[in-house]
Amino acid sequence: MTQALLQVEGLTKQFHAGGGLFARQRSMTAVRAVDLTINRAEVVGVVGESGCGKSTLARLVMRLIEPTSGRVRLDGTDITALSPKTLRAARRRMAMVFQDPYSSLDPRYSIADILAEPFVVQSRRMPARTVETMLETVGLPQTMATQYPHQLSGGQRQRIGIARALVLQPEFIVLDEPTASLDVSIQAQIIELLSSLRDRFGLTYLFISHDLGLVRYFCNRIVVMYLGAVCEILPDPKSAPRHPYTSALLASNFSPDPAARRTLAPLAGEIPSPFNLPSGCAFAGRCPRVTDICRMQQPPLVAEGGHAVACFNPL
Amino acid sequence: MTPLLRLTDVCVDIGRKRLLDGIGLTLDRGQVLGLVGESGSGKSLTALAIAGLLPLIGGKVTGGAIHFDGMDLTAIGEARLRSLRGKRFGFVMQNPMTALDAVQRIGEQIDIVSRLHLGLSAQAARLRTLDLMAQLRIAEPSAVAEAYPHQLSGGMKQRIVIAMALAGDPELIIADEPTTALDVTVQAQIIQILTRLSRDRGLALLLITHDMGVVAQVCDRVAVLYAGRIAEERAVEPIFEAPSHPYTAALIGCIPRDGMAPGSLHGIPGAVPVSGRYPSGCRFNPRCTHAADLCRQERPALRALPSGGSVACHFAKAETS
Repeated sequence: MTQALLQVEGLTKQFHAGGGLFARQRSMTAVRAVDLTINRAEVVGVVGESGCGKSTLARLVMRLIEPTSGRVRLDGTDITALSPKTLRAARRRMAMVFQDPYSSLDPRYSIADILAEPFVVQSRRMPARTVETMLETVGLPQTMATQYPHQLSGGQRQRIGIARALVLQPEFIVLDEPTASLDVSIQAQIIELLSSLRDRFGLTYLFISHDLGLVRYFCNRIVVMYLGAVCEILPDPKSAPRHPYTSALLASNFSPDPAARRTLAPLAGEIPSPFNLPSGCAFAGRCPRVTDICRMQQPPLVAEGGHAVACFNPL
Repeated sequence: MTPLLRLTDVCVDIGRKRLLDGIGLTLDRGQVLGLVGESGSGKSLTALAIAGLLPLIGGKVTGGAIHFDGMDLTAIGEARLRSLRGKRFGFVMQNPMTALDAVQRIGEQIDIVSRLHLGLSAQAARLRTLDLMAQLRIAEPSAVAEAYPHQLSGGMKQRIVIAMALAGDPELIIADEPTTALDVTVQAQIIQILTRLSRDRGLALLLITHDMGVVAQVCDRVAVLYAGRIAEERAVEPIFEAPSHPYTAALIGCIPRDGMAPGSLHGIPGAVPVSGRYPSGCRFNPRCTHAADLCRQERPALRALPSGGSVACHFAKAETS
């Protein structure tokens, strides 16, 4: 039975910049009216380039930042409405793995301290042998417990980041580009670890990445974002893209197969500044299928049997 | 015909540590050679050695030769190297944000290269700059030439760095992870520009990358580096079709492909050894699935392959040297 574990409704986040003595205040919408449902034991990938709002979405879902509007429900409980105390209790059920394993671990804490800290925050007693069990779970030697982050390689640090996320036995984990700063050989190790942990503990993941190839390999469903809004939701990683942006992302992904060498037809232009977005579709300026309506109206996200696309001229 | 660039048995030391050990490479005009390997395998060090820039990081070529168009770059001295850098070979570095001078206008930074190396007047240099910018598909070159680096996007900055590399009309471009800091759609644009330059101008391109996808799509030949040594060097099609070195096979196996079954992505266990603490024998042996006693005892020689190229593995089906 599929059952929604996480429900995101109309989630919006605006940021403001400037507004000092000399600069006029400007605002940008980092995440615009995002709706998303994640079922239990599902891996949902959110993919897009810099500035698309994927990391902001991850932080909103964890309520590390406050939304401007919209709701996030975890198993029915509205996270965005909880008081700090009840939020802390709810946080036992959700955790996050960060992109940079160098800055997300405190250099003055030993590995054992890092793994014990979630219990300190939750004012709970750490069960005996937790550190040993966690190290084993993520495939690290027991001797690492007394070491410090600077003694570990990038891949080992990310395993500690994963162990820390798992230590309170959460159901839901947000993975914010967990392999972006690692070598491909280590990336593959981490992805396989995450995949076996999901099977073993029945975890549900929200996987944020800029790498469509990786997302297509690892995820059950794919959400494509461009400049703060969802432009397409692929119900299956193998679904053919209907949004021209998804199609361009796919074409920019270099296949490791010289036999499948093709003439590159890269997208023209770059992502516009989110501070002065065009009035219509945000992708209109770079889109090969653009028509007049695209420049005037924002295309609504229309779903058809689980495959949703926000485009007036879909493929 | 002698190749434009030929490295023969190049060794590089920093202090007492030998970081590159017997690197051999050749690169012809109009060819794209990919240099791949994990971080710490010596890719960037090879680039610095070719450019004669090792003293910047306290390194030194302690063996072998680097022939560029017949000259041995390790023997000609700094003064002549200086006249070659920028003029006969150009560089594109990983991070365009640090490769540009933040307080000088874009146009001036490109002009200076052709004024210095081609002896052009200020006006002629600027015309050349604008022409190069247009060739790199920079819209409104004259406006961009007046801008400062902070006013440009990452992809635009990398085009400027490429324009600077081209301004001296070089025969060789060394690009060290030129797209790592860029978004994927912009990466495709930059890779297209670089490979087109190689085809159209007969430029030799040494492309350093960790991305086997980029290698498969644009390179003619590939050299795989591991812990400061060449593991395998071959044309791109056969290396992907039937890699001879287990390390090459493992690197290719790390990239998700279309239609790959879940659980079929395999990382490479362990990590690249720390420089100076290399295992004896084949340096890949602790991570290799085929390792035998021989691999732990004896260094595999780089042997020629029947189908061309070479490999350093005891178990590869190579011609005995």
